[in-house]
Amino acid sequence: MNIFLNILLYVVLAPLAGGLLSGLDRKITARMQSRIGPPILQPFFDVLKLIQKESLVVRRSQNFYIGFFLILVIFTGALFFTGKDILLVIFAFTLAGIFFVLAGFKASSPYSFIGAQRELLQMMAYEPIIILSAVAMYMVTRSFYISDIVSFSRPLIYYLPGVLFGLLYILAMKFRKSPFDLSTSHHAHQELVKGITTEFSGRSLAMIEVAHWYENMLVLGFIYLFFARSPLAGVVLSLLAYFLVILIDNTFARVKWQLALLSSWLMTLIFGFGNILILFILPK
Amino acid sequence: MNLLAFLIIFPLLVSVALLLLPGERLRAGLIKASSLAISLAVIGLLFTTFNRSIQYFKAESYLIDKLMFLAELALAGYILYLGLKFRRGWVVLFILLQEALMIYFEYSHGWRIFAENNLFIDKFSILMSLVVGIIGSLICVYSIGYMRDFHEDYHKEIKDRRPFFFFVIFAFLSAMFGVVFSNNLLWLYFFWEITTICSFLLIGYKRTEESRKNAFLALELNLLGGLAFLAAIIYFYKTTGSIELSKVMLLGKAWALIPVALICFAGLTKSAQLPFSSWLLGAMVAPTPVSALLHSSTMVKAGVYIILRFASVLQGTMAGYALALIGGVTFLVASLAAVSQSDAKKVLAYSTIANLGLIVLCAGIGTYEAMWAAILLIIFHATAKCLLFLCVGTVEHKIHSRNIENMSGLIITMPKLSIMMQVGMAGMFLAPFGMLISKWAVLRALADYNPLLIIFVVFGSSVTLFFWVKWIGKLIIVSGHKEEIEQGVSKSQWFPLAALSILTISICGFFPLVSSVLIEPYCLEIYGRTITMSRGNVEIMSIMLAMVMLFPLSFINYGKRVKVVDAYLGGANINNNVQFRGSAGTVRSMSMYNYYLEDIFSEKKLMRSGMIIAVVLIIAMLGLSLL
Repeated sequence: MNIFLNILLYVVLAPLAGGLLSGLDRKITARMQSRIGPPILQPFFDVLKLIQKESLVVRRSQNFYIGFFLILVIFTGALFFTGKDILLVIFAFTLAGIFFVLAGFKASSPYSFIGAQRELLQMMAYEPIIILSAVAMYMVTRSFYISDIVSFSRPLIYYLPGVLFGLLYILAMKFRKSPFDLSTSHHAHQELVKGITTEFSGRSLAMIEVAHWYENMLVLGFIYLFFARSPLAGVVLSLLAYFLVILIDNTFARVKWQLALLSSWLMTLIFGFGNILILFILPK
Repeated sequence: MNLLAFLIIFPLLVSVALLLLPGERLRAGLIKASSLAISLAVIGLLFTTFNRSIQYFKAESYLIDKLMFLAELALAGYILYLGLKFRRGWVVLFILLQEALMIYFEYSHGWRIFAENNLFIDKFSILMSLVVGIIGSLICVYSIGYMRDFHEDYHKEIKDRRPFFFFVIFAFLSAMFGVVFSNNLLWLYFFWEITTICSFLLIGYKRTEESRKNAFLALELNLLGGLAFLAAIIYFYKTTGSIELSKVMLLGKAWALIPVALICFAGLTKSAQLPFSSWLLGAMVAPTPVSALLHSSTMVKAGVYIILRFASVLQGTMAGYALALIGGVTFLVASLAAVSQSDAKKVLAYSTIANLGLIVLCAGIGTYEAMWAAILLIIFHATAKCLLFLCVGTVEHKIHSRNIENMSGLIITMPKLSIMMQVGMAGMFLAPFGMLISKWAVLRALADYNPLLIIFVVFGSSVTLFFWVKWIGKLIIVSGHKEEIEQGVSKSQWFPLAALSILTISICGFFPLVSSVLIEPYCLEIYGRTITMSRGNVEIMSIMLAMVMLFPLSFINYGKRVKVVDAYLGGANINNNVQFRGSAGTVRSMSMYNYYLEDIFSEKKLMRSGMIIAVVLIIAMLGLSLL
C-alpha cells in the first residue's frame, strides 16, 4: 500500500511543487532584470487558460506524442520516487524525451523540426553524464536501486564531487535554459520562433508545461541523491542548484550547438570520468 | 543427432536442387517448403534438447574428413584461379599460404589427427541455430519476391543469376549450421571458410566493377582471418594433441591463450571489427537480403560466436582486456561514424559493426554477467537488424533510393512498411525493447568488472540514440501532398516482414523465458553462476512495453477536437505548405534536412583514427597472449 500512496503523493505533489518553482523562477528572473514579475501562481493560471483554448494542429496525430510524453514522464517519476533501478529510470526518461522530440518532428513545421533536431542533439550531449552518474553511484553504494542509494551511510557528494559538477553543467539543458536553450526557450529572445513547441497550442501546450514541471522535479531529485544522507540539506542544496541555473540563465547568452555538445562531452570526460577513474584507483 | 545432420545436409541438398531445377515457380515452391522444414527442424531441436546438458556426437568421420579435404582443395583452386584472373595479389598469397599449411598439416599428422566427437550441441548452439534457422528461412522467403523485383523491374541491366543466388544462400545456411554444431575444429574451420566464400560470391553478385572490388576486399580480410584460425588449430594440436573445441575450452589460460588470441583475430575479421570494418561497409553493394542474412544476422555473428566460446578463457587476462578495448573502440567509432551517414544501408552497416563491437567488448571481459548480456545482444540484434534491412530493401525498390532524406513522409506513402521500420528501430535502441535490456545488462557487467570501460558504452549509446531518432523523425514528417505507393509489394515480402516485426516485439515479452531456459543454464554450465533480471525490473519493462504498445490506440482520437492549420513558415503560406511569400513578396520554398554534423562526426577521420588504435590493440592482444 505504501508504494501506491507514494505514487499518489508524487503524482499530485510534483506538479504543484514544479509549478510553484516555475513561478518562483519567473519572479526571481524578473527581479534580476529589475522587473516586478508575475504573481508566483502565474504558471498555474497559464496552464488553466491554455486548457480552455482551441487546439490547433498541423498534423492530426502530433498531439498523441505529447500525451505519451506526459504519461512517460509521470511514469519515470513514479519509478524514481519509489526507489527503483536507476538505469531503468534513465531509460524511461529517455523514452519520454524521445516522444517529445518525435512530436516536434511530426508537427512537420520547419521551426519545430529544427527544434526537434536540437533537442535530440542536447539529449546526445547530456546522456553520457547521466548514465555515468548512475554507474558512479553504483561504484560507491554497490547497488543500482535508488532506495539503496538514498539510504547509503554517507552523502555521495563526498565520493562524487566531479560527477555532480558534470551533472550541474548539463542542468541548463534539462531546464531548457540559457546558455543551452537551443531547442526551445521560455524567453522571448528566441531565434526559432518557439523551437520544438512552435506548432503546439491549447491543451497540448498545457501538457508540455505540466510535463516540464514533473521533469524539473525529477532532475532536482537526481541532484538530491548526492546529499540524500541528510534530507534537509539535500532539499536546500538542490534548490540552490536550481537558483544557480536561473542565475546563469540570466547572465549568459545562448551558445551554438557545437559548443553545447563538445563542452558537455568534455566536462563529462574530465569531471565525470575523471571522478570514476580516481574512485576506481583509490583503495576503498 | 539426426536433426543436427539434417540441418547441415538438408540445406546443401536443397541448394544443389535449386541450381538444377528449371522454372521459377518450382524453385519458389521448393524454397518455401524447405524454409518451413528448416524452421520446424530448429524448433524441434529446441524442444528435444533444451533440458539436456551438453551432448556430443561421434559422427563417423573418416570419409567425411577426406571429402572435406578435397572440397577444400577444390575451392582453394577456384579462389586461386579468380585471384590470378583478376590480379589480386593478397588473395593469391593468403590462399597459397593457407593451402600450404593445410597440406603440411594433413600429411605430417593426417593419420593421427582424430577427434573423438565431431559434433556437439549445447544451449548456446541451440540459440545460434534458432537465429540461423528462423531468421535465415524468413530471409530466404523474402528473397523470392525481392529478387524477382530486383531483376524484372529495377535492375534489368544485371544478368539474372537467380538459381546461382539461391544455391549460394542455401549452401551458406548449411555451412552456418556446420559452424554452430562443430566440435571438431577442422570441421568448424571448413564451414567457416565456406561462409567466407559464400559471402564473397554474393557480394560480387552484381558483377559490376564496384561489387567485384568490394567482394575481393571481403575475401582478402576473411582469408587472413582464416589463416589465423588454421594456425590456431595447428598450434592447439601441436601442444595438446587435440582438435576438439570442448577439450580446448577446458585447458585454461596458461595453455590456450596464444591460439585463443589467434582465433579471436579470426573472429574479429569475420565480425568486421576495427581495423577490418571496411569490408562490411563495402558488402552493402550486395542485394539487400544478402546484407540481412550474411552481413547482419548470421555470418558476422559467427565471428562473435567463436570469440564468446573462449570468453571464459580470456577473463581477467591482459589479452582479454585488449580484446575488450577493440570491441569498445569499434562500438564507439562506428556509432559516431553512423551519425554523418544518410545512406540507409550504410547506417545499418555501421550500427551492425557497432553492436558486434559491444558483443566483443563483453567477450573480452568474459564474466558470467557479460556472457549473459552478449548472448542477449546476439538474439535481439539479429531480429531487429534483419527486419530493418528487409524494410530498407523493399523501400529502396519503391522509392528508387535508399537515402534517408528521401524517406520523408513514408508514414503516408508506405504506412505499413514505415511502421515496421519504426518497430525495427525501436528494437535497436529504445527502452523497453530488446537492445535496451542488453544495454542494461552490459552496464551492470561493466560496472562490476571494470567501470572504466563504460566510457565507450555511454558515449556510443547516446550517439546511437541520435541517429536512430532522426531517422524515425524523417519517416513521420509529412510536408506537401503525398500519395500512397505501397501496392505491389509481393506477399513473399510481406510475410517475413510481418513475422519479424512480431518477433521483434514479442521477444521483449518472452525474453525472461529465453533467459531462464537457455542463457542462464548456459552461464551456469560455464561459470557455475549466473545472473538474471530481477522480477521487479522485468515487471517495469513489461509495463513500459505495454504502454508503448498502447500508443497506436491514441489514433482513436484521430482528428477529434483539433483544428488543422498550416505550419508556420515565417511568411504567407502558399501551395500546400511547402512554399511561402517572404519579405518583399518573394516566393520561397521550404525544405527540411536532418542534421548530419559532418564537421564533428567526419567518417573519414573517425575511421582512420579508429583503425590506427585498433591495429595497435590487435598487436597488443597477440603480443600479450604470448606472456
